[in-house]
Amino acid sequence: MMTSARVVITGLGAITPLGLTASELWAGLCAGACGIGPITAFDPVGFSCKIAGEVPDYNIRQYVPKTHRKATKLMSRDIELSVIAAHEALTDSGLITKAIDAENVNIDPTRVAINLGAGFISCDLVELGPAVAASAIDGRFDIHKWGKEGLELVTPLWLLKYLPNMLACHIGIIHDIQGPSNTITCAEAGAHLAIAEASQIIARGDSDIALAGGAEAKVNPMVMMRQCLFKRASTQDNEAPESACRPFDADAKGSVFGEGAGIVILESLENAQGRGARIYAEVVGIGQSNCINPQYQRLEPDGKGVRLAIEKAMADAEIEPADLDLVMPHGTGIPADDLAEAGAIEAALGEAAGKTVVWPTKSMVSNTGAASGAIDVIAAVRALTDSKIPAAKNCDKIAAGCNLNIARQPQSKKIRYALCCSYTFGGQTAALVLKNIDGEMLN
Amino acid sequence: MTEKDTTRRVVITGMGVVCPLGNDVETLWQGILAGRSGVAKTTVFDASTFPTTFGAEVKDYNFADHIENADLHKDSNRGSGFVLGATAQACRAAGIDVETAEPTDGIDRERLGIYLGAGEGSVDNEAFFAALVEAWDAEKNEMDWGRWARVAFERMDPMRELEQEPSMPAAHIALLTGARGPTRSCLTACAASTQAVGEASMIIRTGDADVMIAGGAHSMIHPLGVTGFNRLTAISTRNDSPQTASRPFAAGRDGFILGEGAAIVILESLSSAKKRGVEILAEVIGYGSSADAFRVTDMHEEGRGAAQAITAALADAGISYKDVDYINAHGTSTMENDSIETKAIKAVFKDRAKSTPVSSVKSMLGHLIGAAGAAELITCVLAIRDNIVPPTTNLNDPDPELDLDYVPNEPRKMPVNVAMNESFGFGGQNNVVIIRRYE
Repeated sequence: MMTSARVVITGLGAITPLGLTASELWAGLCAGACGIGPITAFDPVGFSCKIAGEVPDYNIRQYVPKTHRKATKLMSRDIELSVIAAHEALTDSGLITKAIDAENVNIDPTRVAINLGAGFISCDLVELGPAVAASAIDGRFDIHKWGKEGLELVTPLWLLKYLPNMLACHIGIIHDIQGPSNTITCAEAGAHLAIAEASQIIARGDSDIALAGGAEAKVNPMVMMRQCLFKRASTQDNEAPESACRPFDADAKGSVFGEGAGIVILESLENAQGRGARIYAEVVGIGQSNCINPQYQRLEPDGKGVRLAIEKAMADAEIEPADLDLVMPHGTGIPADDLAEAGAIEAALGEAAGKTVVWPTKSMVSNTGAASGAIDVIAAVRALTDSKIPAAKNCDKIAAGCNLNIARQPQSKKIRYALCCSYTFGGQTAALVLKNIDGEMLN
Repeated sequence: MTEKDTTRRVVITGMGVVCPLGNDVETLWQGILAGRSGVAKTTVFDASTFPTTFGAEVKDYNFADHIENADLHKDSNRGSGFVLGATAQACRAAGIDVETAEPTDGIDRERLGIYLGAGEGSVDNEAFFAALVEAWDAEKNEMDWGRWARVAFERMDPMRELEQEPSMPAAHIALLTGARGPTRSCLTACAASTQAVGEASMIIRTGDADVMIAGGAHSMIHPLGVTGFNRLTAISTRNDSPQTASRPFAAGRDGFILGEGAAIVILESLSSAKKRGVEILAEVIGYGSSADAFRVTDMHEEGRGAAQAITAALADAGISYKDVDYINAHGTSTMENDSIETKAIKAVFKDRAKSTPVSSVKSMLGHLIGAAGAAELITCVLAIRDNIVPPTTNLNDPDPELDLDYVPNEPRKMPVNVAMNESFGFGGQNNVVIIRRYE
């Protein structure tokens, strides 16, 4: 049996440092806005990096039906962000779930999947503080005292707040989604891999609809400290947050981390057409691979794993490099990684590399980890539907050795195919090809 | 996406395990057949004052005994260390070269992928707690971030921090094997490695890879892990009798036993296995996945999601429940799981529910969390190989409400051709894989 349903994107949801919705994200990107500023989530005194991309204030209760309100206490920030993006994506798609309107549900819950990239969620240190303090003897942590006394001070459901699969779990409960549920923990490649897997689940017929993407709240002292220790964080531009993250730029000095969520609604073409849904784009190509580098926190210098993912995605989409009109790179602003990625894109695209427009977004959105790939997919979808590529920010002088055609100026152009790629420390790589099927659709 | 041929058959051609019952497949199996317990007093850290003072630890294990270039993996945490040994065993069994730049095993590295159920590693306990003690301002009841940062930056080690990332065990496998194919890690709690095996089999079935290294690796035996489960009252506190504490389906069950380990199976397309001429251990014929969408803290009362995953796996396999010879249960030894799992099996297996043997090897192995499903799948393969159903040990006080055939205390010699492996995770993820004797 040959089966392969076509998979399309019919809904977008994003909460990012540029705003609480996908539209605000797109407007911010078009305006060249920057969501990076001084860290306010905690006092970063003593941190070498004091800047991050934080999302604007929100009220989680607005996105959670009364029946699930009590459970908001069990939501880490990563979970909250994902719940907000899921709500927007579903609303945008016209799908009606239990939470949106229980009287008029238009999905079969067992035919809807959820697949999210999630980060390594760090526990809230403030929450543990009193329990740890109560376990100290003469200023030193005492494990015996912890077992007897400190442990009792930890709130009973503490663990459940920080399990990465709880993002999908809360969304599933809120919206009554009973199909396959998975949580991909491949850090910064997580969202692309989740979208890839969800697309394949629909393609093989195991679901008709999927919520897919990623979420991560990196503005947490443990997470920020790790990125500083890995020497990935920008530390020299604390006074100039808006120009700190400079993907592919000669003056790049590191990445700036942030928080956000991006979720898209994937749907079989048949299902989408059957209900007259607005179709943004088709997912036509998926590629995945690995970087192999004993220096696990860095991309391998020749970016081979990224090149392989891109080549596989193009082969899967049955297109040539010249068919691509837009590339969304991972582009973190870490010079060595950017250079390796640029080399990989150049090698994969061959002659077309000099022409295809490459548009990095992290200088505006920040590096939102497991959310970043989904946010890029949403940005690519809007570029494709609006026939517009905004300018890259902070790419003033392209780094030596980077031979890509970075989007220096905003441009209006029809985009036939867009490529999104990502990689992560640890080595996993992913690439997706999106197709503009405007001309193909009758409605 | 290009048209996919979804009829490619998927077989298992290698297995490896590092677990509380032993650090290779045959030792695990001998332990299970003898009804041995892998549970003992906790030694990984001093748990003597914790509500639970015991666990199912991996013993006498050093990954450097299993590989040549241990230096490349020297910063591995427990989970990654376990997975190196399990992967090396599984690859050798399947004739896959490891630790070489020029493999001669006939497998294209771009068609060799990795799919792991993997959890977070332990925090660097000494540094973590020291920084918190230093930073907590008890008078103001708040953190002094300056003090925290000073201690944290001074004491925390970049590699130890990096190795806590759930993507790292797969990174170690990539370095060990040279795999360049599709690679993912998933973290769906206690269901993760069954999901990993299921999704990996789909990657082969649809032609995106020829061989997948699939399974799981996890250790939550660390102070915060045990704290979390103790606070949830999910683990047994039968401190006076660790080896009989895990008693799935028994009336006196009081929680699971936190275990650790890694389990790896080599999944391969039938055509690749035939071409390479390797021994085929079993065929993966069905995979089903669902979500409860019920409560964060509890399973659906009637086992709706569990039943749906079982039904989906049977449909995917194209078989009837009547064709299943053996069910390897999730069987955690919690009041809730064992009761609801029984309901779910009854809902799907109807007239055959009471006559289909169901057992939980967690009674001996403990609960390996992210590695549990894959370790249990290995016991299913061996059950088929030897026509023996593993027992549920410690089942001396049957729960009158639970009336299936749980294979109490003694393994059972009987024909086993089709085995079903069930895994259900916190938060309501349900995953089921079905394997069959390859003939």
